[in-house]
Amino acid sequence: MIALELDRVSREYQTPAGNAYRAIADISLQISAGSFVAVVGPSGCGKSTLLNVAAGLQPPTSGVVRAEGRELNGLNRRATYMFQQDALLPWKSVLDNVALGLTLAGHPRVSAHARADEWIARVGLSAFRSHYPSQLSGGMRKRVAMAQNWIIDRPIVLMDEPFSALDVHTRQLMETELLSLWDEGTARRTVVFVTHDLEEAIALADEVIVLSAGPASGVVARYPVPLERPRDLMELRTTTAFVELYKSIWSVLREEVVKSQQGEAVRAR
Amino acid sequence: MRAEGVTRASVRAWQLAVGVAFVAAWQAGVSFRLLDPFFFSRPSDIAARVGTWVSNGSIWRHLAVTLEESLLGLLIGSAIGIALGFGLARSPFAARVLDPYITMLNAVPRVVLAPLFLLWFGLGIWSKVALSVTLVFFVMFFNTYQGVRDADRVIVDNVRMLGATERQLMRHVLFPSALTWIFSSLHTSLGFAMVGAVVGEYLGAARGLGYVIAQAEGTFDTTGVFAGMTVLSAVVAIVGAGVTRLERYLLRWKA
Repeated sequence: MIALELDRVSREYQTPAGNAYRAIADISLQISAGSFVAVVGPSGCGKSTLLNVAAGLQPPTSGVVRAEGRELNGLNRRATYMFQQDALLPWKSVLDNVALGLTLAGHPRVSAHARADEWIARVGLSAFRSHYPSQLSGGMRKRVAMAQNWIIDRPIVLMDEPFSALDVHTRQLMETELLSLWDEGTARRTVVFVTHDLEEAIALADEVIVLSAGPASGVVARYPVPLERPRDLMELRTTTAFVELYKSIWSVLREEVVKSQQGEAVRAR
Repeated sequence: MRAEGVTRASVRAWQLAVGVAFVAAWQAGVSFRLLDPFFFSRPSDIAARVGTWVSNGSIWRHLAVTLEESLLGLLIGSAIGIALGFGLARSPFAARVLDPYITMLNAVPRVVLAPLFLLWFGLGIWSKVALSVTLVFFVMFFNTYQGVRDADRVIVDNVRMLGATERQLMRHVLFPSALTWIFSSLHTSLGFAMVGAVVGEYLGAARGLGYVIAQAEGTFDTTGVFAGMTVLSAVVAIVGAGVTRLERYLLRWKA
């Protein structure tokens, strides 16, 4: 089954100067249910735009987005979205932040809190349930954000460079936790994970999608990642299979990165 | 923690020192005839006057009226200001339509309105409340408007993705976000509410601190004027400290 489909989707912006800037052009993608897909590309290639369009936060300028076969009209109610920046509500405690999705859906307070407590335990923050986000470390805030997203049972999970602000070790820990969340239970959710880090993309995903340098980014290539699961992220990066895959994807990605840097140099002049 | 405690104590000590130095200089200036007591009175006389007012109880009913007017002004002005601030922040079209009118109204000096309010609402408390409202409203309005517009875009998107309706968005994000701004303006609003009430009383009333001060002025009783000002300032300081505590509680999530 196809969980998420983009059908010749383009998205343009008005620049402050009044020109139209085409972020993504004519992207067609089908992402099958239960798969973990990573989207990589040079900076400014419209990765976030792609995700925002898939989330329904921005309507496509042309083309159609379908979530589980239904054409999107407004927000994507089949998906959750984990943002690159901190998106927790600073005035709510960890408990209330995690319970928020249930509260909004009208669940009674007691049962919402009970389920939130389970999720807080799952991400290992039971001791911090009454803390406010400002009292937590960056990694802890990301765990809260994961729990906040995963507690509402939606089949599609969109993630926009969620761990890019973390240090390398915390990041690896979070990646491991993300994989174990995704892997447990009977029905896997569909994850679309945007990152600029090819290593992270290969380590996590079933498939890596490479976008071209902007403007008017499109899909350059799609690579299946045939690495076995469950994966040990501590060891994986040094295995031959990983390194081979990295080399072959990087040879394509590198060209786009170079193009994007040249483009920036031209714009800077 | 220790360093913080030391700092707080030293701030308190210096606050006290500044006050004492000012009062002492004033007292000395009058004693050595550098200042004319007819125009400047004396701190000791002023303190004695406040003491008399408190001990014979005559000040309380005036104070009670002024506080009632200020509080009503603060409540009504805040309610209208917050409601309209919210409304216009969520409706950019209406905001653009009303913008010049709001600017114009805010530019009207409130003293000019006082006689009108006396005509419209009479000599009782409501003409003073109205004056308070015109002052408090604008502070609250501008801060709420700014606070709602200032709400973090990412948090708003996140909460919408989590399933919030427009009303839930207001309740869970926009209002708490605006609360920071509303609270930072509450100290200003509180002062304005008192100013509105006292100016109203000053221009025409039968009781209230403004009335007391106006009466004293009418008989060139500078001691009475300064005593009235002292009571007024003390009350603002006490209520302001209460607001600070409330603010600290409601904004406890801030780092």
